[in-house]
Amino acid sequence: MPTKTHVQTKINGESVEFLCEPRQSLLECLRDILQLTGTKEGCNDGNCGACTVNLDGRIVDSCLVLGVETQDKEITTIEGVASPDGLHPIQQAFLENAALQCGICTPGFIVASKALLEAEPNPSEERIRFWLAGNLCRCTGYDKIVRAVMDAAGQMEAK
Amino acid sequence: MKWIDFTSSQTIEEAVNLLSEKNARLLAGGTDLIVLLRTNPARIGDPEVVVDVKEIPELNQLSYDSDSGLTLGAAVPCYKIYSNDVISKAYPGLIDAASLIGGIQIQGRASIGGNLCNATPSADSIPALIALSATCKIAGPGGTRDVPVEEFCVGPSKTVLESGELLVSLHFPPPPPNSGARYIRFIPRNEMDIAVAGAGVSVVLENGGVKAARVALSSVGPTPLFVKEAGESLVGKPPSDENIKIASGIARDAAKPISDMRGTVEFRTHLCEVLTRRALDTAIERANGGSANAH
Repeated sequence: MPTKTHVQTKINGESVEFLCEPRQSLLECLRDILQLTGTKEGCNDGNCGACTVNLDGRIVDSCLVLGVETQDKEITTIEGVASPDGLHPIQQAFLENAALQCGICTPGFIVASKALLEAEPNPSEERIRFWLAGNLCRCTGYDKIVRAVMDAAGQMEAK
Repeated sequence: MKWIDFTSSQTIEEAVNLLSEKNARLLAGGTDLIVLLRTNPARIGDPEVVVDVKEIPELNQLSYDSDSGLTLGAAVPCYKIYSNDVISKAYPGLIDAASLIGGIQIQGRASIGGNLCNATPSADSIPALIALSATCKIAGPGGTRDVPVEEFCVGPSKTVLESGELLVSLHFPPPPPNSGARYIRFIPRNEMDIAVAGAGVSVVLENGGVKAARVALSSVGPTPLFVKEAGESLVGKPPSDENIKIASGIARDAAKPISDMRGTVEFRTHLCEVLTRRALDTAIERANGGSANAH
């Protein structure tokens, strides 16, 4: 008889337990089981980056991770980016630079950009463009997104 | 996705037993496997169980020293390879491939071993592995065996792995003095795409001449192609533009591409000459101590 698997993991700093089928992706577990619907489904095959989350310090496409693989891991989703005091500087910079239109790709871009700026506080424009190559946006043309990330880098460095 | 069971192996023996007893597929980075389970499980034999091999120590090895070379566990994700400064310096040709497979998200999970076992003709890492004379360590019910990487792929998505066998690691000999390697590919955009054609090369220089050279191509045949004669044509000669052109011509003539949505036979054949020439130029520059960058 097919049985569900018990998974204990840490999401956005909190211990979380859930039951999932082995075939369910982390993306499905986040959205359909845990109701963390900030992470978006785009292509569901690792091309678009809309489902980007941070898994043990690395960004990954959550559609290409099985939920059962996340036992004892640490996951950060878009819901864990802002603090109780307000938006993260990257989120603020996306707003101020109009770096989104429809918004479906935005959570993925923000999670990916955050990982970049944490590893490299002052990346070049070229570096930002290569880092974000795994995130597709069909609205903005990318320029405003790249400018927002550069703006956020400046803001974060000034603090 | 159809129902699958999931288990995790802690040892090679456990994984080999599971592969022998059940219709199982191994999970490392999952960037190919999970897509196939979702879209075309028949292509991978409709597995009943997925076995996570990321906790097997031998598949996580990443060790280098200048005497014995590099051992790269089959499940090591790309980012761990290019995040290692010593390995990056010793094997820039491998770094070229590891840093252009997919985007950062894919590189956080995808392994070179998985790229090899998936065995697509367009796999970016395989020409680099061939150029660097890598050897595959395979474990199975009968023990272990070593296979030169150029013999590993036998057809599109087909490898020499027999029932019950798995790829444990890749071994790279230490880079000889005055050697350099390079992998480049042609894609219509700057990143995140499948190679229309690719070339991986290595050269060893000595006394102003070429002591050894290897050339391999991707996306222009049913498997990645090792074009032995292209490298051998350079041996004993100076690495001049003229000799590089001859070697590149041999690579072009060895290509057996098909026409598809990514490129025509004519275009791919032409690319093989251009990519081999440019890859050799950079490999020679690296062998001479230059630090030509990836991308």
